[in-house]
Amino acid sequence: MSNNLGSMPLRYRVTIDREQCMECERCITNCSYGVFRRDGDRILINSRKCTACHRCLAYCPRDAISLEEQPCDYRSHPVWTRQTREAIYNQARTGKIILAGMGSVADLPVIFDHLMLDASQVTTPPTDPLREPVELRTYLGKKPSQLDLRRNSNGDVELATELAPNLMLETPIMLGHMSYGAISLNAQISMARAAQETGTYMGTGEGGLHAGLYPYQDRMIVQVASGRFGVNIDYLERGAAIEIKLGQGAKPGIGGHLTGEKVSKDVSRTRMIPEGSDAISPAPHHDIYGIEDLSQLVRSIKEATEWKKPVFAKIAAVNNTAENVAAVARASVDAVVIDGFRGGTGAAPRVFRDHVGIPLEVAVASADRELCRQGLRNEVSLIACGSIRESADVAKAIALGADAVYIGTAALAAMGCRVCGNCYQGLCPWGIATQRPDLVQRLDPDVASKQVANLIHAWTMEITELMGAAGVNSIESLRGNRDRLRGYMLDENLLNVLDVKPVGA
Amino acid sequence: MGKTVTIDAEGMHYTPLNRQIREAVENGVSEVVVKGVLGQRFIGNGLRGNASIHVYGVPGGDLAMFMSGPTVIVHGNAEHAPGNTMDSGKVVIHGSAGDAVAHSMRGGKVFVRGNIGYRGGIHMKQYETQRPILVVGGSAQTFLGEYMAGGLLIVLDLDGTMKARGIGSGIHGGEIIIRGDVDDASLAAGAKKVPLTDEDRARIAPVIREFAGDFGLDPEPLVSADYTRIVPASARPFAGKYTWE
Repeated sequence: MSNNLGSMPLRYRVTIDREQCMECERCITNCSYGVFRRDGDRILINSRKCTACHRCLAYCPRDAISLEEQPCDYRSHPVWTRQTREAIYNQARTGKIILAGMGSVADLPVIFDHLMLDASQVTTPPTDPLREPVELRTYLGKKPSQLDLRRNSNGDVELATELAPNLMLETPIMLGHMSYGAISLNAQISMARAAQETGTYMGTGEGGLHAGLYPYQDRMIVQVASGRFGVNIDYLERGAAIEIKLGQGAKPGIGGHLTGEKVSKDVSRTRMIPEGSDAISPAPHHDIYGIEDLSQLVRSIKEATEWKKPVFAKIAAVNNTAENVAAVARASVDAVVIDGFRGGTGAAPRVFRDHVGIPLEVAVASADRELCRQGLRNEVSLIACGSIRESADVAKAIALGADAVYIGTAALAAMGCRVCGNCYQGLCPWGIATQRPDLVQRLDPDVASKQVANLIHAWTMEITELMGAAGVNSIESLRGNRDRLRGYMLDENLLNVLDVKPVGA
Repeated sequence: MGKTVTIDAEGMHYTPLNRQIREAVENGVSEVVVKGVLGQRFIGNGLRGNASIHVYGVPGGDLAMFMSGPTVIVHGNAEHAPGNTMDSGKVVIHGSAGDAVAHSMRGGKVFVRGNIGYRGGIHMKQYETQRPILVVGGSAQTFLGEYMAGGLLIVLDLDGTMKARGIGSGIHGGEIIIRGDVDDASLAAGAKKVPLTDEDRARIAPVIREFAGDFGLDPEPLVSADYTRIVPASARPFAGKYTWE
C-alpha cells in the first residue's frame, strides 16, 4: 500500500429513480466519464467518476437522475474545511502541485454585487429605449488627444489628424480568449459565428488560428503569448487585432502548459509545435524583460502588419495594476485588457487560482483613474474580464472605467457548460473542452452559435434598458461615470479606491 | 540577374526604412543594400519572398522578426533578438548579436559568426517539416536553448571562450550541439548529454559546411571536431510536477 489514506468521501452521489427510468441508456451514451454502465438488466452507477457536468440529467427523457453534492459529511469545522483537508490528503499522497480547472472557488465577496446602479426618477426623467436611441457602439483603440483640421481646395474642412486603427463593436461585449486545444474547434467556430452575427469580436487564445476559423478572421483577435504558438506573419495579418498576453487572472505571474496528450496532429499544426509534446508558455515573454522591451514587441508587431491593426496587451489584476496599466499605455499599445482574479482557465495551480491577484472591479477603477491622472486615458481602451456573469456586471465594469468586456465562462455556459471545472480531463461531454472527435461533434455550431448570439443579444438589450432607466443615451456617457454607482456595505477605503460614493450619499 | 536597390538609411526612422525595403521586394528587387544603418529596429520584419537584404552598420532589435523567406546579411553586429519568431529564410550576421537570438524561431537559419548574448535559441520549436537552425561561431551566454521545443542549435566556440551555464533548462525538444566538452554543472534541469553519433555528425556536417562557406572558414576541421550533444531528458518536463484537484 503506497498510502494509508484510503478513498476520499464521494464528491457527488448520482441516483436513478428506478420507477421513472425506462432504461433507454441515454445516460450511458452521454456520460464520457463512465459513471453509468449496463450490467444485465440494470444500469449501474459509479458516482466516484461523476463531475456534476449534468449531461446525463440534461439528456434523461424522464428526469429520472438525481445528483447530490457532498453526500458524506466531514466533521464540520470553520478552519479545517473540506477543501483544505482534501488538498492535504491529495498532496500527502502525491507530493505535487494541485491543478484545478475553471476560475477561483475562494469564498470571497463579489464587489459587483455590492455596487448598485442608478436610475432616473423626477429631477431627470428616464429615457425610453424603445423610442429614443441608446447607443452601445464602441470603438476600441487610440483616440487622438486633439483634432487638427484643414481647409481643402474646395473650401471644405477636413480632418488633418491621422487616426489610429480602431475596432468597431456593436455591443461592448466581446468573446474572450480560449485557445484551440483548451476548447474544441466546434466551440471556437460557434463563438466566431456569434461574434459575426452580433457585430463583436472573439479572441483566439494562444493556440493559433485553425483554418476552420479563416472565414471569420475579420472577427478574430489573434493572441501572441510567450510560447508564440501559431504566430507567423499570416496569423498576424489575418486577425482584426492582435493581443499580447502578458498575464492571466486565474494564474498571475506564471505561464501555462497544454499537456502533451492534448497536442493532437491538428492542434500541433495549428499551434505549430511538435505533436505529443507539452506546449509550454513560459511565465515571461523571453524577449520582454522590461517595459522598454514591451514597447519593442508592440512596435515589432505593428511594423510587421504595417501599422494597420490595433495591438492589445492583457495583464492580470495584481497589486500596482494602475501603474502597470499606465506603463503599458506608454508602450504604443491600443487597448489594455485587465483580467481579474476570478478569471477562468482550463487549468491553473489551485494556490494561484484562489490566492493571487486582486478583484477586477478594483483593478479597472484604479487603472481608469490613473490613466486619467496621467493624461493617458485616450491612448488606450480598457477591456475588463474575469468572471463577467451578467449584463449588470458589464454595466458596472463600464461605469468603473472599462470600454468593453470579454466574457469567457458565460459564453461556454451558453453552449451548455455547467462549470464543473473538469476541463483538464479532456472528456467534456458537452463537446467544449475536449478534442475527442465523438464528443466534439456533439456541439453543433449551427445550434451553439445561436445560443451564444442569443446571450449577447439579451445582455445588450438589458444594458440598453439599464442605460435608458438611468437617462444615459450613449455608452460614452456611462464609461467611467462612477456617479451612476453606489456602494452598498463596502468599507470607506474600498469606496475611495473605487471612487464610488456609498448608498444614500 | 535580378535588380539591386541601394537605400541610404542614415538618419532614417525604421518605419519609412522598412517601407522602402518592403516596396523594393514587392517590386521584384532581388537584392536590397541598406547602408548607414544605425540602430534601426525591425529590419525585414514580416517580410516575404526570396530577396537578399544586405545591411551595413548595426541594425536594432528584432531584425527579421516574423520573416518568411528572405535572406538578411548583416555586415556588422546585431542587437536584441535577431530571427525572433522567424518562419523561414536566413539571417547571416558577420559580427556578434545580443540576447534572445532566434527567440521562438520556427524555421529557417540564423548564422552568427561572433558571440551571442543570453538566452540564445530560447523556445526554438519545430513541427512537421519546419526545423529552425541556429549556428554560433563564437560563444554563447547562459540559458542557451532554454525551453527549446525543437530545431538544431550549434555552438562552435571558435575562440574557446564558451561561457554558457544553465544550458537547456526546460528543453523538451530539439538538440544543442556544442564543440568540445561541456561540464555537467553547466547543464540545467531537463537537459542531458548524449554522445554525438556518426549519424548525428553526418546530419550536421552540411550545416557546418554552409556556415563555414558563408564566413570563409575551413569547414573540415569543424566537421571532424569533437562535439557534445545535449537533448531533452523528456518531451514532458512538467509531467511529474502536478496532480489534479
